[in-house]
Amino acid sequence: MKKSKQFWLFIIAAVLVYAVVQFFIANGTMNQFYSNTFIFIAINIILAVSLHLVIGITGQFSIGHAGFLAVGAYISAIVTMKLDLPFIVAIIVGGMVAALAGLIVGIPSLRLKGDYLAIATLGFAEIIRIVFLNIDYVGGAAGMQVSHLTTWTYAFVCLVITIIVIVNFTNSRHGIAAISVRENEIASDAMGINTTYYKVAAFAIGSFFAGVAGALYSHNFYIIQPSQFGFLKSFDILIFVVLGGLGSLSGAVLSAILLTVVSTYLQGYPETRMIIYSLVLILVMLYRPKGLMGTMEITDYFKLWRTPKGGDQHGK
Amino acid sequence: MTMLKVENIDVFYGNIQALRDVSITVNQGEIVSLIGANGAGKSTLLKTLSGLLKPKKGKIEFLDKSISGKQAQSIVKAGISHVPEGRRVFANLTVEENLELGAFLRKDKQGIHQDMQKVYEIFPRLLERKKQHSGTLSGGEQQMLAMGRAIMAKPKLVLLDEPSMGLAPLMVKTIFQVIKDINNEGTTVLLVEQNANMALSVANRGYVIETGRVVLSGSALELQNSEEVKLAYLGGH
Amino acid sequence: MEWVQQLINGISLGSIYALIALGYTMVYGIIKLINFAHGDVFMVGSFIGFYSITVFNLGFFPALIISMAACALFGVIIERIAYKRLRNATRIAALITAIGVSLLIEYGVIYIRGAQPEAYPDVFSNRSFAFLGAQISIQSILILSVSVVLMILLQFIVHKTKTGKAMRAVSHDTEAAKLMGINVDNTISATFAIGSALAGAAGVIFGVYYTKIDPLMGVIPGVKAFVAAVLGGIGIIPGAMVGGLVLGVVETVVSALGFSLWRDAAAFVILILILIFRPSGIFGKNTREKV
Repeated sequence: MKKSKQFWLFIIAAVLVYAVVQFFIANGTMNQFYSNTFIFIAINIILAVSLHLVIGITGQFSIGHAGFLAVGAYISAIVTMKLDLPFIVAIIVGGMVAALAGLIVGIPSLRLKGDYLAIATLGFAEIIRIVFLNIDYVGGAAGMQVSHLTTWTYAFVCLVITIIVIVNFTNSRHGIAAISVRENEIASDAMGINTTYYKVAAFAIGSFFAGVAGALYSHNFYIIQPSQFGFLKSFDILIFVVLGGLGSLSGAVLSAILLTVVSTYLQGYPETRMIIYSLVLILVMLYRPKGLMGTMEITDYFKLWRTPKGGDQHGK
Repeated sequence: MTMLKVENIDVFYGNIQALRDVSITVNQGEIVSLIGANGAGKSTLLKTLSGLLKPKKGKIEFLDKSISGKQAQSIVKAGISHVPEGRRVFANLTVEENLELGAFLRKDKQGIHQDMQKVYEIFPRLLERKKQHSGTLSGGEQQMLAMGRAIMAKPKLVLLDEPSMGLAPLMVKTIFQVIKDINNEGTTVLLVEQNANMALSVANRGYVIETGRVVLSGSALELQNSEEVKLAYLGGH
Repeated sequence: MEWVQQLINGISLGSIYALIALGYTMVYGIIKLINFAHGDVFMVGSFIGFYSITVFNLGFFPALIISMAACALFGVIIERIAYKRLRNATRIAALITAIGVSLLIEYGVIYIRGAQPEAYPDVFSNRSFAFLGAQISIQSILILSVSVVLMILLQFIVHKTKTGKAMRAVSHDTEAAKLMGINVDNTISATFAIGSALAGAAGVIFGVYYTKIDPLMGVIPGVKAFVAAVLGGIGIIPGAMVGGLVLGVVETVVSALGFSLWRDAAAFVILILILIFRPSGIFGKNTREKV
């Protein structure tokens, strides 16, 4: 009962946000720059939330998310530009192929943990990038022309679907199993949880949505190049998740919004932007290693506020 | 003369209290045994004495100087050597290198060399294996090495944590003989053992620790004859 | 005899990877941190060498020594400011801090001096001699000798000096090392100092050998040196040397076979294969994590 009430509240809020932004875009109050920023925020939230599932929920330290983004970007671009199929097909195919790539990366992750897994995912992402760099069909280093097809509507619908799927997964039996993998893999294994299954599932789902984001990303530019999907892009996405709080979906969303806005404003000063980024990252890790929100969700704070100051109603 | 005086210390692991209001004394030249069950807090006490843990409350004095809360290295310098539970030899270093590290804070090359010869005399096995990585030694040999490493620091007080653990009976005898020998040569010993029989047979005095508190103390003989100790730790009736 | 030529190129490249990999492996061995910023220390070392030669008109060897000393100091500062607080932090927090430090150094350098590359001056004569039909430059022989001397020096420090023994003891068992009276903080700093000095030397050698340097030059060699460290067995010093050499030779062979664009992928393919099939590396023993 309560869950479904939350769900409808979320849908209503989402429709409102969509309608307001769409209204301003349609009547021209918001120019290209602002509407692009909004699309960009949506894409970054999708990336952050999809990586949140892998790192924050399942505890698999993947730092090569840009690889899946690249797969989605290139595959979807092939679908629209080379095969002349509709954009919606491109988004789905981009997501599916990225999920497949996620499966391929996820399977070795069965054997690796922590730092080693991190480096392996970084290596995979780099291999993916180098593969695209070497395929003339997609333009090699020069890149590939892509039509501008991403609109606020596409971006927002994808965003809402991403959040719904990942929240549902997290709150389901599967999600609890995934969290137990994060907390103690050996114990989960001993309890009969198929840790392998959940790790691979998390990788595949996370990669699927990274691929979707890739499709939106490539069709929001006019050209994509392998160099856009290097280490730095992976670290960008990682920073959203870590800064927001490992394990907090709303934290990931908030920090994706915040950092996208900040970096949009600092676009003209890329060095300053990176210096601020890195300083924030270091300071947060040193002084608040759980991230800004820890594992709390925004809704938890609402509950806290509603609790009277005496606080002894807790647990009733 | 009192060498070590511990007064009312409390020690915590995070939020969990491991020692409550513990007071003990060790006099110069003694062998003192701490006996108690697994998890009673004996090892915690030794770790606190050697500076690996910090007491939250209470005083520790060694040779009339406070050492509570001091860094491990200055406690080693003051003359306390700790042979930890499970030996903890440096498996990736040779036997000889392990012994050299025992003398890490000493500067007198001559004396270090002499003490190394002494250790090899006490434990001829170590001499045979001096170029071997210590990870390849048997459990008993590792215990010898751990004790030799402590001797190399030229300590006034040695803290021994479960030296007999996991060793064959013959090896246990050897180790305890060495404990008596180094004590005869003037080194004071604070010994933690689950093998209470063995521990009390070499000790002058003892303390019984249960769930982080000292519940009983006395001379080794008194403890050996105490009904409670017999029942709980000596397996008697 | 083009193959001899390629082999020598590969060994030269490999010795640079090996010098960087040593710092990675030593730091990982002692505090279990993948020091992502290590590649950037290499970059900083390269620039210090460059300015020593061009601005202060120093020769190769003084520049090398200045760069090594400055990088040693730099490494210790990084460790004391950023990493020391992380001793009890989670691995993820430590790794992310290291990534942050890496980005900060890269973009800090760009902020200070701009992103434009520099061309290293010629410090050695370009003479070469024929050997087994290959043209071998005096320069590559000198570079190789410097790397070998540094590695021998490192072996000496690690095995014969008190600090080296303390480093090995701390990396095996920090608590037991404390009981020997070893100052763990200073030992860790010494590890950073030595590793960073080697990275600084690698930076100068890289500059002399490949002539072009820029503020992001440390990223790829940094990651590849890490691959070399993993290949040899992380935490194992001879492993890092062998891993670096193997990686350098493999990359050169891949290029020589005409797949130069795939060169970078070779390192990562090796990395993944080794992680999957032998995560403890060539020289490592397999250990299983226990409960």
